[in-house]
Amino acid sequence: MYNRKDKTIAFLMILPSLILLGIFVYFFIAQTAWYSVSDWGVNPATALKKGVEKNYVGLDNYHTLISSASDYEFRISFVNTFFFTIFFLAACLILGFFLAFLLDQRIKGEAVFRTIFLFPMSLSFIVTGTIWNWLLKPKGGLNILPEKLFGLDPLKFKWLNSETKVFKFEWMQGGNLFYLGVALFAFALFTYTAQKRHLSWFWIALVGVGLWLISSAGFWNKIWLPIDNPKLDIGTYTGYGYNAALSGVIIAATWQMAGYVMALFLAGIRGISEELREAARVDGCSEWQVYLHIILPQLRPIALSAIIILGHISLKIFDLVYAMAGIDNREVKVPGILMLKGFRSNEWARSSAVAMVMLFAISLVIIPYLWSNLRTEKS
Amino acid sequence: MSKRLLSLGSFLFILAIVVGALGAPTARAQDDLSGQLEIFSWWSGDEGPALEALIALFNEQHPNVELINATVAGGSGVNARAVLKTRMEGGEPPDSFQVHAGQELIGTWVVADRMEDLSFLYEEQGWYDVFPEGLIDLLSTEDGIWSVPVNIHRSNVMWYNPAKVEEWGIEVPTTWDEFLAVCPTLQDAGVTPLAIGEAWTVNHLWESVALGTLGAEGWNGIWSGETDLAGEDFLKVWDTFGKVLACSNFGDDNASLSWQQAIDRVVDGSAAFNVMGDWAAGYMSTTLGLVPGEGFGYVPSPGTAGTFLMLSDSFGLPVGAPNRDNAIAWLTLLGSKEGQDAFNPLKGSIPARIDGDVTNPDLYNAYLQSAAADWAVDTIVGSLVHGAAANENFNGNFSSVIDLFTASGDPSAASAAFVELCSTSGACGG
Repeated sequence: MYNRKDKTIAFLMILPSLILLGIFVYFFIAQTAWYSVSDWGVNPATALKKGVEKNYVGLDNYHTLISSASDYEFRISFVNTFFFTIFFLAACLILGFFLAFLLDQRIKGEAVFRTIFLFPMSLSFIVTGTIWNWLLKPKGGLNILPEKLFGLDPLKFKWLNSETKVFKFEWMQGGNLFYLGVALFAFALFTYTAQKRHLSWFWIALVGVGLWLISSAGFWNKIWLPIDNPKLDIGTYTGYGYNAALSGVIIAATWQMAGYVMALFLAGIRGISEELREAARVDGCSEWQVYLHIILPQLRPIALSAIIILGHISLKIFDLVYAMAGIDNREVKVPGILMLKGFRSNEWARSSAVAMVMLFAISLVIIPYLWSNLRTEKS
Repeated sequence: MSKRLLSLGSFLFILAIVVGALGAPTARAQDDLSGQLEIFSWWSGDEGPALEALIALFNEQHPNVELINATVAGGSGVNARAVLKTRMEGGEPPDSFQVHAGQELIGTWVVADRMEDLSFLYEEQGWYDVFPEGLIDLLSTEDGIWSVPVNIHRSNVMWYNPAKVEEWGIEVPTTWDEFLAVCPTLQDAGVTPLAIGEAWTVNHLWESVALGTLGAEGWNGIWSGETDLAGEDFLKVWDTFGKVLACSNFGDDNASLSWQQAIDRVVDGSAAFNVMGDWAAGYMSTTLGLVPGEGFGYVPSPGTAGTFLMLSDSFGLPVGAPNRDNAIAWLTLLGSKEGQDAFNPLKGSIPARIDGDVTNPDLYNAYLQSAAADWAVDTIVGSLVHGAAANENFNGNFSSVIDLFTASGDPSAASAAFVELCSTSGACGG
């Protein structure tokens, strides 16, 4: 089917984009990785002079992010990203499915509603952020809505600068959560590989060797020093948890993206053949049971795509938070904001480390997805 | 004959006077400067006309030089500084760039050996005598003087509404203790004692509280390493700061207010005082049309009378500037009396020179005149938040120390974080 010439031409056709990708994506990722283990920017006398001097400092930058008192900002933003992702995803999926469910009732003017729900997505996050920033002002927008509409007392909720926190935990306990995560991941990997016998021994060996390397090299202490030396975190900042002020950002993000999820789900629902529903109804299913047992299970691949797409948006969210809370909001910040702050204070190495942590988090979501996609395409 | 000689002599005499009077400008006008000059600044919008005035003067003096005005807009130069770094790293420095005078320049570009020493220009132009000594100290290191200041703003000013203050029957506080004493009275009257805006204005307030508590010597000691940052006095700064914040709209709705909106509250009487730099005078007199001293009142922020917490925009000469001679001509203009009196009335600031035409009411309003009078006699110290006292690393991370304090309310934790930031940034002497 393919001859040599075809292959050569095909290769030449993709070569330009390969080169561009290689330079502008992978080369720069590599460069960022190198900066993140250098001391670039800590001392302007070397960082900014002609022919910049950068020295290798190992994992010091990461270590500082995790344990130093002055970098509690990173830990806040890390925790914020975690909670933001969970609530944003949940809100979008639930609301998106609900809207799709409503539109699926074959109502009049469906196209109009579909467009209305989908419209917010055409805005950029900066625009959404600016509008919602106005709406969520302490003495404006949503807070005075009850007053304007019904003459009730205005709300006092501080959408963007609340200090109320729930799900509070100490950063040190985060270590335990981390172990739990690693254990769960290992378990998932194990069960997965157990299904494919020929692969399993390879993976188990790989994890074993990895663990052995980590423990034998004293690497672990570098990564999670506070567990051994809790005093390092002299910061009395112990308020890690879900901050109520994040709600405003979650509302704005959901407002923008729920319509998109609706469109995905609606397409999925419409793709399910009417015969299937008819069959279920003939078998005595109520309308509710049709959705629960016939439609929802069929939508699983779509829900997975939605989770991946929204997940990577939320993990690297920056513009929305920047427009809504600004750089200097005490509680509402995400890693992207810290990178911008890094430019203000000449901390390129630290910013690079933040970037690498984000990349790592995103690849935890993306890589398994791509991998499983590739496998299904092959088979 | 003698009559003729006399008339010739008087003609020559008059000619000499005319030439003498025109001498300086004409000598410059026929200079052999040509080519280009690129100046890099963040002055745009409201501040644009002041820069334009300087550019017009320069064009008049050096008609053969093509001046390129590279402006990167953005408050207090955040964006401009990022672009500048990229250009410097890429080996394409502008001929001269705007920078806050003091450590923002020294701690970033001077330590990196990227600036030229300007001592020669100071000597040549006799600037040692016309700029206050305290200012020159802030611009210098042991190795030289690094920039030419164009204007001076004052950070430690407290603004109020004279009519309202009379109505409430209070005295304008001169120390923070007096302020805290009058605070409950105001609160009982339903007035916010102190209006604060978004995050950076909180930092701005901190430097006034610290200066008012430590005094000029103690403030300078922070940056030279002589003030004990674990000591009683420094803890008192945080303690007072916490109490002052409790007398303000902090944590209520301050985060959503710009500095202008915070000032508006003082003007409309819903808040009593506001601590802000003296660009606020320009806002109130020009934008709001209030008369200095009548529509709005001003005093040095509590405890800081006799001290001038200053910030200044200045221009420096980067090593490797493509048109060095033109850049020096530009710097000469900036430091001249003529240049400063052209720029500052439009910018709403006072000249850095003590011999500016500051008593001229056509140029400088009542507030600026009083600021200029203080500038000539007060002890001069550098602002932290506006780049004079500490390097960019310290300054960029300082808000996290403030955040830590406002989250924990613990003075010793804040002091400890301050000390850590001091050591990581190297901003506090040692």
